[in-house]
Amino acid sequence: MRITVFLGAMLLAMQALAIDTGRAFEDPEQQARYEHLIKDLRCLVCQNQSIADSNASLASDLRREVREMMVAGQTDEQIREFMTARYGDFVLYRPPVSPRTWLLWAAPVLLLLGGLGIAAMVVMRRMRAARANPAALDEEPDPQ
Amino acid sequence: MKLPWRFLLPAFAFAGLVVFFIIGLQKDPGRIESPLIGKPAPAFALESLGDAAWKVGSADFAGRPWLLNVWATWCGGCREEHETLMAIAAENRLPMMGLNWRDDRALALRWLTQLGNPYVSVAFDPDGGTAIDWGVYGAPETFLIGADGNVLHKHIGPLTMQAWQQDFVPLLPAQGGEG
Repeated sequence: MRITVFLGAMLLAMQALAIDTGRAFEDPEQQARYEHLIKDLRCLVCQNQSIADSNASLASDLRREVREMMVAGQTDEQIREFMTARYGDFVLYRPPVSPRTWLLWAAPVLLLLGGLGIAAMVVMRRMRAARANPAALDEEPDPQ
Repeated sequence: MKLPWRFLLPAFAFAGLVVFFIIGLQKDPGRIESPLIGKPAPAFALESLGDAAWKVGSADFAGRPWLLNVWATWCGGCREEHETLMAIAAENRLPMMGLNWRDDRALALRWLTQLGNPYVSVAFDPDGGTAIDWGVYGAPETFLIGADGNVLHKHIGPLTMQAWQQDFVPLLPAQGGEG
């Protein structure tokens, strides 16, 4: 029990370290936009964290940059362009569809279609077998 | 007994995965290609490390190739590459500018006094704004900028003599011309 409390407290403390103290914006709408933006930008030092989660100094510099650009009235699109011009698509957690990434984006659909195709083949083969000889369904289907 | 071809499919799929993983594991995910290569070097004008009244900028060496080395006293890799930088500076082929990144002025100046100064000039970037413009994500990083003002190459991590000879020197104009 005591150890659980201790570990819980440790986890909370880590959270507190990682994120900027205080809110970036007074306006809740702006704050939401800001949080959304920094969640989708990768911290390049610690690669598997967004700049929202990371306490690396680069991440805090990039958060400051996002805040300043928002204050200057830049759109989300402009902010993302600013980041990719400097760090490449890798900085985005949602890379744009491009010749290099189409396979990544298409993979789920391709896998689903492939699976459906295999399923359809199996079903059709078994239907044909059932029509020819209903008793065959009780056994393992013939491999050839 | 002859196996039907489809029993071999999993074996082929597995072999494909193995090849995929071998290639993937040999890539260093810490090295992210810079989108700046072939593009104009980001402009900046910062205080000189040694003299706050003096401005150091990207236009200082316009018209000839130069190096920009991003360093800081808190950076272990920078200490590691320092001798290489000194050797490159001694070759006297092209000017090297330092970009002192998120550092303490006094500590940085002491570093240069103690270890030697390979830089023609050092720009002081305590809040990291210029480093972001250059897409810097971890020191040390070294950029080669061509005479046309475009970024030709970026080296991530401590520079070695081998990397210098292999990746930088071939991009430089033939030696002996203007010197």
